[in-house]
Formats: sequence, C-alpha cells, structure tokens
Amino acid sequence: MTQQRTDTPLVQLKDISISFGGIRAVDHVSLDLYPGEVVGLLGHNGAGKSTLIKILAGAYQKDGGEIWINGEKAEINSPRDARDYNIETIYQTLALADNLDAASNLFLGRELTTGAGFVDDAKMESETAKIMARLNPNFKKLKEPVSALSGGQRQSVAIARAVYFNAKILIMDEPTAALGVHETQMVAELIQELKKQGLGIFLISHDTREMLELCDRVSVMKNGQMIGTERVEDVTEDDILSMIIMGKKPDQAA
Amino acid sequence: MTDQTTQPPASSPARESAVARFFRETELDTRLLGMLGALALIWIGFHLYGQMFRGGGFFLTPRNLWNLSVQTASIGIMATGMVLVIITRHIDLSVGSVLGFCAIIMGVVQVNILPQYLGLGHPLIWVIAILVGITCGTFIGAFHGALIAYGKIPAFIVTLGGLLVWRGAAFLVARGETISPVDPTFALLGGGPYGAIGATGSWVVGLLGCAAVLALVILGRRKRRVFHIAQRPVWAESFIAIVGCGAVIAAVLLVNAYPWPRGIVRRYAEAEGIEIPDGGLFISHGFAIPVLILVAVAIFMTILMSRSRFGRYVYAIGGNPEAAELAGINTRWMTVKIFALMGGLAGLSAVVASARLGSATNALGTLDELYVIAAAVIGGTSLAGGVGTIYGAILGALVMQSLQTGMVLIGFDAAMQQIVVGSVLVLAVYLDILYRRKSK
Repeated sequence: MTQQRTDTPLVQLKDISISFGGIRAVDHVSLDLYPGEVVGLLGHNGAGKSTLIKILAGAYQKDGGEIWINGEKAEINSPRDARDYNIETIYQTLALADNLDAASNLFLGRELTTGAGFVDDAKMESETAKIMARLNPNFKKLKEPVSALSGGQRQSVAIARAVYFNAKILIMDEPTAALGVHETQMVAELIQELKKQGLGIFLISHDTREMLELCDRVSVMKNGQMIGTERVEDVTEDDILSMIIMGKKPDQAA
Repeated sequence: MTDQTTQPPASSPARESAVARFFRETELDTRLLGMLGALALIWIGFHLYGQMFRGGGFFLTPRNLWNLSVQTASIGIMATGMVLVIITRHIDLSVGSVLGFCAIIMGVVQVNILPQYLGLGHPLIWVIAILVGITCGTFIGAFHGALIAYGKIPAFIVTLGGLLVWRGAAFLVARGETISPVDPTFALLGGGPYGAIGATGSWVVGLLGCAAVLALVILGRRKRRVFHIAQRPVWAESFIAIVGCGAVIAAVLLVNAYPWPRGIVRRYAEAEGIEIPDGGLFISHGFAIPVLILVAVAIFMTILMSRSRFGRYVYAIGGNPEAAELAGINTRWMTVKIFALMGGLAGLSAVVASARLGSATNALGTLDELYVIAAAVIGGTSLAGGVGTIYGAILGALVMQSLQTGMVLIGFDAAMQQIVVGSVLVLAVYLDILYRRKSK
C-alpha cells in the first residue's frame, strides 16, 4: 500500500461528494498531495476526475466533505478563493478569452494597475514578454488576440498564467491533449522543473504511459468513486489499466 | 514551429506597398477609416443630390452639420452603453422606453413637485431633476440586469418586457399629458442658440482638445520607451497629431460659422441693450451643450473600456464567459453593472431629448432602441460578443442620423426613409462580416 509521508500534506481532500441532478459525480472521495509531488488522476470519461478537480479549483461547490490546505481547513467557494490559496488551474478547454491578447489573458482577473487605478497594458505586455521568453521562446505574437495562436501557444499562455502568479498547487487538466510531440515534451520538462521548486501538481490525463512517467502517484477513479491510489514504482501499466477498466485494485484483480 | 509560416507577408519591408506600410506604421484602424469614408460618401452624396435635383446642396452647410451634431447626441450617448451590453452577448430593447419614463419623471419633478418647495426658477431645480432622471434610469437598468444575471431570464425577454412596461408606466405617471415648460436652465442642455457655448468657448474647448491629442501622442511615446516596446516612426506620430488637431480645429471653425438666426439676435440685442449694426450682428453658435455632453460621455466610456478593469472584464466576458468566470470575475454582478450603466445613460439621454423638446411627453424615445442598436452594430459591435468600440458606436449613430437628415433634406417621405435606414443596417453588417473574414 501507499507509504505514508509524515510531513503536512499541501492538499487534503477529505470525503468529497458532489451530485448533479441525482447523479453522484464524485462519491466520498479522499485524496492528498504533498509538496514537490505529482499526483495523476486516471479514469474513463465521466469518472469524476475533472469534477473533483474543479471543486478544488472553486469552479464547483462540493455537497459534502472538507478541503484542507497546509494542514488547515479551507473554504473554497469560487475561483477567486482558490487563487487566494495559490491554487492555479490549467483547464482542458484552456479557459482563455479568445478576443483578448496574451497579456490580457495572462493577467485576467489580476490586472496590473497604475497608481491611478487604470490597467497598465505596457507593463503587462513587458511582463508577458519576459515570462514567455522563459517558457516558450518561439512565442512572438504578444499583440494579437489568442484566437490567432496555435494550440501550443495557447497552452503556453495558460501555463504562463499559473507560473507567473507563483502557484503552490497546480491543477493540470489534460495539459497535453491539444499539443504536438515537441510541445508535449516541453510541458513534461516544465512539470519536472515546477516539481523541483516544491509545487504540488494534480495531473489529469488519459495517456497511462505518460502518467507513469510524469507522476509520483496515480489515483484511479470510476463512476465517481476512488478505486485506489498507487505509487508508480509499485504498479505496471497493466495494473493501472485493469483498475480503470474493471475498477479493482491489482491484488484483487489477480 | 508554425510561427514562420503564419507571419503575414506585410512584415517583409521589401515587398510591402507604400499604403500598407503607412497603415502599419501609423497603427490606424482601417475599419475606422472605412467608416469615415462611408460617412464622407453619405454627406457628399446628399449634398450633390440636393444641388442637382433640389436646387441647392443643403447638407454640407454649417447649419445642417450643427443640427446633425445635436440630433446625434441622444442616440450617441445611449449607443456607447449599448456597446457594452452587446459585447457581453446581451441586448437591451428597453432603452427607448426607459428614456421616455425618465423624461416624464424628470418633467414631473421639475414642473410639478420642486417648484412647490423651492419656488419656480430655483437654481437647484435642474440639478435635482437631472440627478433624479439618471438615478431612475440606473435603477431600472440594474433591475433589468439583476433579472438577467440572477433570474437567468434572457436579456431579450427582460428588456422586451421593459419596452412595454416602462412606456406604459410613463403614460400612467402623467396620465398621458405633456409636461411643459421645463426649467429654463435645464432646457439649455438640449441645444439651441442659447444652449451652445459660443465662439470663444468653442475655441477654448478646441484648444483643450488639441492639447489632449498632443499629450496622448507624447505620453504614448514615453510609455513605449519605458517598457522597450518598438516606437512608431516620428512621421507617423506627427501625422496622427496633425490630423487629430486639424479635425478638432475644423470642428470649431464649423460650429463657429453657424450664426444665430436673425430673430434670436434681435431679441438678444434688445435684452442686452446692444445696437445692431447695418450688416446684422454675427453671433456664433459654437458647440452645442448636448454635443459636449456626448463628447464627455464618449471620453469617459472610452477610458472605462480601454483603461479600467471593468472594461477589460466586459471584453473578457464577451470573448469567453466561462473563462471569465474561472478567472475569478463575478460575471453576474458585472451584468448588473453593465445594465445599470446602460440605464443611467438612457436617463442622461432623456435629459438631452426632453431639454431639446422643451417638454416631457410619454412618447419621447419611441423606436430609439432600434436606432441605438443599429448605431452600435453599424459601428462594428459584433452581436456574437467580444468585439466593439465606443468611437465606432458614435460614428454609427452619426451615420444613422446623417442618413435620416439627408433624406429629409432631399425630400424623401417617411416611408422611404424607413426602407433606406433598414436596408443600410443590413448592408453595413454584411460589409462588416466581409471585412472581418478578409482581415482574418
């Protein structure tokens, strides 16, 4: 079984439940995340992974259960609350306003302002240029609406948002789904770097092999329930697949 | 990866034409130029038509253009608010009725209620009346916004209901009576010879305008230097400064070229005890007060939309409501605020419209909602959301009003006017769609 760490977990999700119109999308799920750790969430479409993660991100309000951050009980009722706990989310749909440029998207909801309270576009543009130079040196289209960008470039904007604001807890919902090989590699390197900096990362993906490479632990969900959480050293890809498909832990399945 | 291939060919200076380079260096909005071109075409077209078939071109005269500016004010003020509503993928069909209701409320306040307490002609009457009118509009708008945001009723339905409700309410408040005369100071806000600031005042406004243009250019350069963003060439900056100041000065010369009518001059001279010389006394109108109100609203709204968080959030909600919500923007409260602003502007418009008429009637502002929406849409506001500018909406209002005025001048009857205005609306939006498709 999972070896227990003794330090305080960054995030503890305790007994979380949420229902949509009588369907229990997340059914008494518990999960924790430690600093410098990547925890992968696996499962079929509709298994409840994204829903669980959206509760942590403040996009959905849980029906039951508790969220603890750094050993203290946290109240997260909106995306703004989540941000106050340094939780940043990169959504599957990227969640960018297509008509705005990269800088406006990066700072959306947290605009830099001048002394007079006006948005400081020039400053935001130069800050964006700086962080983009670090994350994706090919990124040049700072002035254009993000609808004019490629999938990878849009993804860099979404990631830059999380990195710029010093996230402590990063949620990545299928960060590589829309990307090419090169860009996927870039995201993988970034995850390693952020991990070294002590961030805790929740990663959602359908790619089991990729998950075994990137994650420290993987959790499998099915029909809103947590099947199990395993350290990647302890399981094979087949074990994980059988958990996803049959909803059984490897020792039970054997 | 694909960066190289998607670069527009315009970035290779060798192949770029002089015209393309001009637009790139000056960073002028080609769409804006297109609208100005269309406006010039309309103006010149009506003028020439008048000269050829009606024995005189009456369009490009100081008198007509001055009147045109006054007539545009009411619709223009509301159009700036409609831009925000449409950008966030809503619509407001109630603005005309809200205008009528606010006008009646203001009429009752300044004619029936306040004189009883303050005495007729008290200097506070017009101030209180305006505050009441704008507050009234703001609350109605906020109420609509709350129904839309928190009641989840589509804006189309809420404001369609509002269209009927407030028109009916306007009738009930005064039982259909026309309330007049309005307070004399209040009446100045509607324009007319006395409701204009005269030649000297117009020059002061004009010089302030020129100073603002120059300050914007210089501040822009300084900001770009601080953050190491590429500068526009000096010739491009100078060009913009000269054209901007030239337009302001031309406007001043134009409004100062329109003299008071002889009858008004005679009455004024009698009242002031001035001897009228043989050639008549030339007293310029100068900028009309409602036009200055429109300019002030336009400046305020432009700053709001391009320099404030509020404006940024309006665009973000229009571009992707879900993303805006996930970015921590309270989209529902934003909707309430946007509709409240729209309502407040309808209240301000009611001030201008009823002051111009010199009375308040419950029919004031009938069909205005359609002209306001048309102005915003002709001005490039996309009904799909996310796109639109304040200056575009005001230009749109000017285009609409120019068409109507022009058709009156050349003697088209009301039926023909409606047909033309309706067709132009559809055509303008179609051209806009073509333009956007090409520029993608």
